[in-house]
Amino acid sequence: MFGWEFPPHILGGLGTASYGLTKGMWECGDMDITFVIPKPHGDEDRSFANIIGTSQVPVAWRDVNRDYVDSRIGKVMEPELYFRLRDHIYADFNYMRTNDIGCIEFSGRYPDNLLEEINNYSITAGVIARTIDFDIIHSHDWLTYPAGIHAKQVTGKPLVVHVHATEYDRSRGKPNPTVYGIERDGMTHADHIITVSNLTRQTVIDHYGIDPAKVTTVHNAVVPLSQDLLDIEMPRATKEKVVTFLGRITMQKGPEYFVEAAAKVLRNCSNVRFVMAGSGDMMDKMIALAAERGIADRFHFPGFQKGRQVYEMLKASDVYIMPSVSEPFGISPLEAMQMGVPSIISKQSGCAEILTNVIKTDYWDIDAMADAIHAIISYPALYKQLREDGLDEVAQITWDKAGRKVIDIYNKVLGR
Amino acid sequence: MKAICFNFEIHQPFRLKRYRFFDIGKDHYYFDDFLNDDIVSRVAHNSYIPACETLLRMIEQSEGRFRCSIAVSGVALEQFEHYVPQFIELLRKLADTGAVEFVAQPFSYGLASLTDPEEFALQIADTCSILRSRFGVEPKVVRNTELIYDDDLAPQLVALGFKGILTEGAKHILGWKSPDYVYTAASAPKLKLLLRNSKLSDDIAFRFSDTSWSEFPLTADKYMDWIASTPAEEQIVNIFLNMETFGDLHPATTGIFHFLEALPRMAAERGIEFLTPSQAISKIKAVGELSVLHPISSADEARDTSLWLGNRLQNEAFEKLYSLAERIRECDNRAIKRDFQYLQSCDHFFYMNTKRPATFSPYETPFAAFTNYMNVLADFLMRVEEEFPSQVGNEELNSLLLTIRNQGAEIETLNKELASMRKSVEQYNIEHRKREEKAEAPARKTRTCKPRAAKTTEAAAPKKATAKKTTKKETGKAE
Repeated sequence: MFGWEFPPHILGGLGTASYGLTKGMWECGDMDITFVIPKPHGDEDRSFANIIGTSQVPVAWRDVNRDYVDSRIGKVMEPELYFRLRDHIYADFNYMRTNDIGCIEFSGRYPDNLLEEINNYSITAGVIARTIDFDIIHSHDWLTYPAGIHAKQVTGKPLVVHVHATEYDRSRGKPNPTVYGIERDGMTHADHIITVSNLTRQTVIDHYGIDPAKVTTVHNAVVPLSQDLLDIEMPRATKEKVVTFLGRITMQKGPEYFVEAAAKVLRNCSNVRFVMAGSGDMMDKMIALAAERGIADRFHFPGFQKGRQVYEMLKASDVYIMPSVSEPFGISPLEAMQMGVPSIISKQSGCAEILTNVIKTDYWDIDAMADAIHAIISYPALYKQLREDGLDEVAQITWDKAGRKVIDIYNKVLGR
Repeated sequence: MKAICFNFEIHQPFRLKRYRFFDIGKDHYYFDDFLNDDIVSRVAHNSYIPACETLLRMIEQSEGRFRCSIAVSGVALEQFEHYVPQFIELLRKLADTGAVEFVAQPFSYGLASLTDPEEFALQIADTCSILRSRFGVEPKVVRNTELIYDDDLAPQLVALGFKGILTEGAKHILGWKSPDYVYTAASAPKLKLLLRNSKLSDDIAFRFSDTSWSEFPLTADKYMDWIASTPAEEQIVNIFLNMETFGDLHPATTGIFHFLEALPRMAAERGIEFLTPSQAISKIKAVGELSVLHPISSADEARDTSLWLGNRLQNEAFEKLYSLAERIRECDNRAIKRDFQYLQSCDHFFYMNTKRPATFSPYETPFAAFTNYMNVLADFLMRVEEEFPSQVGNEELNSLLLTIRNQGAEIETLNKELASMRKSVEQYNIEHRKREEKAEAPARKTRTCKPRAAKTTEAAAPKKATAKKTTKKETGKAE
């Protein structure tokens, strides 16, 4: 598998989903999974997958001894693997910027020279594909499609690409042509395409011109929360209700609709506060909008939340809201449900396809959104019904079921 | 001789319009007239009118041997008056034949019988009066909403003067017994029970046009064969259907009207007659008592009330609604009384069910149904409150008024007391001075100390009075 992020060092939903799916497939048994990421930190959970970091894969021959390799990269890779990989360097990459052990450096993030990093990733994928024995290639999102295509061309093994998001979702319909090109290239080379929702499946078919027969939806799932997180206790004002938005404050997430709905609710109720947690290019605009609507005293921007803070934030909330304009899947409402927080999601989110115990509105329908917020905070029966049935429902959405579906797709592709 | 007892249910709720929370307190009209007009007119033209015309023909052609009964809710009748008055005319024609018995049911087609007997009685009375005025009939038999029935209901119905009730032949109540007999209520032996034969009823209602059904196609011939082949001692087969079964659930193209129309002829060939519920009750002897501890209904496999009151949302809305019942009965605002009727229709609660997808629901989800209903209820509650401040508020106000009034009286008496005290002190001073003047002559030495003593008593007396006044005031307040 080719991926870009892997917990615990994640920047978005991609890492969480890759991790959950890999683990779920491993739980189904009889699988050897190699997971390639740009830059491992050594604290990843390796119990169910062999993790290879491309920043430890040599592309230029260096005459180094075992002890030296061990001291340099022993934390994240077995020296034996390094030497096996070194035996499979397929071209002279000395012209590239390589380090003392012949590897290319990776940031593992989303730097400005992302396209260069994607290309380097694909170069190392060639080495890995020649070294490791495997049956199928699985690429997560466009960043790793070139690597997947490369591995397919080297080995002739089938390629499955996993579409967690498309450029169409990220840009509200005005895609960057380079990214679109990479995505479409990956999809056309793929033997099968997995999408995280029917919504995304339709985008792939309509906007990338892909044969519907080779696109299958496998909805994401969630890993059960640890008791530690479930037990978080947050002090809260009993009289005031809290409505929370968690995510990047960008065009795709529809933050302005949340502000408008909040303004509507506040016109009639006074005992409620709104929180927009996260950061993004629209944050300043949203702060200005809240001020313009005269609700800045009840609309808060606590900034980017990470790790445990996310769960603390959820625990202190009465309603979770995700008004995304276009969301391929959207795992956060599931996490809110796990924490027992009733959620309002837009019908334009992939997760709306599998969730029942949530309130769904169109992202642009601020009346309906405001009405739903008001209903959850004013009618205790609705809050309890959504909370309790939501907990039951989300407990059933597990990765091993998703993993089983992916394995079925593998078998189909492999003709087994 | 075998008999069939038909009952056709006609009900259409007043569906609510989309009512947002910011409408609360501003907009007091809750109903979606356009949608209601659309649905009621469509169903009437597809189903009610052709079905009743068919019934009329059947009665005429069989020269009165075909008989059946119709239950129509008050809220449906009101909508027919608005949107399809010609259907009322048709119902009157059916009533005039004498072969169609109208049975009573709650005006709103609501669930009042489960919580508020007084409201239930009122609703039955309302329906009876509208049936009397429109069709000149006097119902003797009841069909409760969705055939809901339990032991608590029977004595009340007897007290209201009814002779029988139509209910469900629920398997968990009947056990090995057959629904094809007349039973009596265990809690009120005077009340007869007619139980729906669910198999034969659902053969028409659900399976008639199901091509995957092994018995498809169902013909009147075959259907009457089934009824004729039931054991000879089973004398009555109760077929209770929704009128929409004909023409709406199964469109006219499925041949369902022809099926219906052929029934009397096929029945006559086999010597099967038709009875109205009243006739069945008086002609056929009851075979035994039936006790129903928990309410039964015709819904789902469970045959209980969980389809309307099965989750938290439904119970919350239901309790909120009926908490108003008593106050609304005491008020005489017609708009409030009317809206209360319309809001009681069980359909509103059905839309909130989380057991199965609500067919014909105007809402996408049960949560949307609940939210909309509760918003409407919030506004309705405010109107009731304005019209008739809650009982608790009244009591509080009374007690406050009482204290204020008492305080006035208290102050008055205290003032009087004060005045009289002052008077007595003055009198004392005068007397004292007189005494002093008298004493001046015999004893001059005492002159220096006596006036001082008088002064101190004078100062002490008013103090005492004020102290008394404050304590009195405090006790007055405490009262």
